[in-house]
Amino acid sequence: MTRMEQKGNLERFSYDDAIVKKFTLATLLWAAVAFLVGIIIALEMAYPALNGGLKWITFGRLRPLHTNAAIFAFAGNAIFAGIYYSSQRLLKARMFSDKISQFHFWGWQSIIVAAALTLPFGLTQGKEYAELEWPIDIAIAVVWVAFGVNLLMTIVNRRVKHIYVAIWFYIATFITVAILHVVNSAAVPVSAFKSYSAYAGVSDALVQWWYGHNAVAFFLTTPFLGLMYYFIPKAVNRPVYSYRLSVIHFWTLVFLYIWAGPHHLLNTAVPDWAQTVGMVFSVMLWIPSWGGMINGLMTIRGAWDKLRTEPIVKFLALSATFYGMSTFEGPMLAIKSVNELGHYTDWIIAHVHAGALGWNGFLAFGMIYYLVPRLWRTELYSKRLANIHFWVATIGILLYVMSMYTSGITQGLMWREVDAAGKLAYPDFVQTVSRVIPLYWIRAVGGMVYLAGFLVMLFNIFKTISLAPQVQSDETEDECVPYIRKPLFSGELSFSHRVLEARPMVLAVLTAVAIGIGSLISFAPMLLSSSVVESNYHDAINKPYTPLQLAGRDIYVREGCYTCHSQMIRKTVGDVLRFGPASTIEESMYDHPFQWGSKRIGPDLARVGSKYPDLWHFRHMRNPSQVVNGSIMPTYGWLHQDRTDFAILKKKLSVMKMLGVPYGDEDVERAESWAKEEAASIAAGLRAEGADVKEDREIIALIAYLQRLGNPTRGGVK
Amino acid sequence: MSIIWFLVPAALLIGVGFLVLFIFAGYRGQFEDLETPAVRVLLEDQFKDEKENRK
Repeated sequence: MTRMEQKGNLERFSYDDAIVKKFTLATLLWAAVAFLVGIIIALEMAYPALNGGLKWITFGRLRPLHTNAAIFAFAGNAIFAGIYYSSQRLLKARMFSDKISQFHFWGWQSIIVAAALTLPFGLTQGKEYAELEWPIDIAIAVVWVAFGVNLLMTIVNRRVKHIYVAIWFYIATFITVAILHVVNSAAVPVSAFKSYSAYAGVSDALVQWWYGHNAVAFFLTTPFLGLMYYFIPKAVNRPVYSYRLSVIHFWTLVFLYIWAGPHHLLNTAVPDWAQTVGMVFSVMLWIPSWGGMINGLMTIRGAWDKLRTEPIVKFLALSATFYGMSTFEGPMLAIKSVNELGHYTDWIIAHVHAGALGWNGFLAFGMIYYLVPRLWRTELYSKRLANIHFWVATIGILLYVMSMYTSGITQGLMWREVDAAGKLAYPDFVQTVSRVIPLYWIRAVGGMVYLAGFLVMLFNIFKTISLAPQVQSDETEDECVPYIRKPLFSGELSFSHRVLEARPMVLAVLTAVAIGIGSLISFAPMLLSSSVVESNYHDAINKPYTPLQLAGRDIYVREGCYTCHSQMIRKTVGDVLRFGPASTIEESMYDHPFQWGSKRIGPDLARVGSKYPDLWHFRHMRNPSQVVNGSIMPTYGWLHQDRTDFAILKKKLSVMKMLGVPYGDEDVERAESWAKEEAASIAAGLRAEGADVKEDREIIALIAYLQRLGNPTRGGVK
Repeated sequence: MSIIWFLVPAALLIGVGFLVLFIFAGYRGQFEDLETPAVRVLLEDQFKDEKENRK
């Protein structure tokens, strides 16, 4: 509220454009990083030696960096740029506080930098799209709430009565992401950069995918829909096709999305009824999603000629088209029988990239081409280059998704193919890997083409900005007749008409948040106590990990093994024939965090224990392709050199004990010596077979863990 | 699976929260006019000067 003059009833005020500029530039920067890391890991799959044996850039460590950069850095900054631009204009009010805006911007960028500085070092919670360790999680919560306060208070201070549908999408984004993030990130720290998830096994899986799916829903869908409902009408200068439909679209999505999470766990050990709930709600989501897609596209009616000439309209229209394709594909994949074929395969990778590159990427690009000339008070440097970007990026996406669809369906079919005798047609997993390698090359090329298009955009935007007038204001003036005269907190805090009117809205939102937090607190003790009861009951068949196994498990989490290997044998013929009896809930009951995984670039490991001798693992981790011909697993030579941290095991066990894992006090006390004993015996066994290894090396701990998988009582606690 | 006892109420609460918000918004007259907001968005807020100059 820096500039405000009264001119009769007409109020003059200004919008903060500086913050939009910042978020726009940050979007461009992080997009480049996200795309580049994506290409590196795509190439690593086609050519595993690419990482040069460096642990910091293995697929398992870079993949979380890629997903976090794409979702939270690229899409996140794009959302914020769009929200800060459109909210001010839709609400006819400057953002509530410039200081909070600045805090939000710099806080968010610091979080991204922190992610880039921790993930390559293996500092991870091991939960997809929620890998960041607990100090960063806290920072995210703080910055997110700052953003929410800024947004909600701007809504309170608005000068128009009606809240445009886009704003509703933004509100839902803030509330839901806040709750999901806090619930899913609940963890108990072991050290400054290591923590264990508060939930275990199936509970952790349900919380994770409740979060995971709604991260897609409320981070990559609702905010972008809000942007769509603002920028498509603006770009074609036509009102949205049906405003009524957009309102219905919003409310239906909000009520349905929150239930769809279990579709990520179909055919697993999760009880069937929960799977069915997830499936039914996912299929229902198809209807409002397509309502929204049609609404977005039909907004261009009467201006279809712009689709030929205006690159902005091209980007936005194709974006809405990809939204339609993804939201048809999503419900389809959420049907159990379709999911049986598609789950764990590259089909899912194709699905998310159609969404991320097509829907999110193109919407962000269209929005930026719209914003930059307006923010910098100039014209776009070259419309032709923007058109080139559009076509190059479109070809990139097509190469990407087509190769991944082909690869995914190939994998799905090969994994479950049986011969006349009922035996697997491709018993060696690596056979199914070798088959899709050419497609991995095509995918990498697709990514490079997409990046090439983006570089054209970077050049175009750079030229646009550098040719813009040198002296220019970071404010946009506007004026309107406010629907209620005095804004909240305008100098003296008078309880005007407006304060009272605006209050219930804030109250309702705060109540929802408060109830959420309250129920969390009240349910927490019950969760802990019931998990203890379950533990005692199942203790006879399933022992907690020995300290050495736990150390090995932490290495497994650190290296991001879950990005390529599942630990969940589904109740499907193909899975059971290939990997053994279907996984049960009990088998992962002490897993903080669960490591069921979502992808099989390599085979499932739920029952890998005892399948191979220790020496096999020892040699395999050093050079996988020497042991398994055609393997694309990278080498893990540093595990044979780096030392296991035995000293921290006592602390780790005590945290696990606190979380309900039934370790005795004496188990915790002797954790270190116990682990050393077990390590010595494994190392002795390896040495007897001719391996040159000391007992304090990480490979020993990892072998202890891998041999435990599927052998719930192996070396267990007494 | 005990987490279900948290997740289901939590999801319900989110749903109920939005329901309250929806009813409240309706009560406050947010959905009375579902025609003009779509048009009002298009009213330009900037470039006013430039546009006038161009004409």
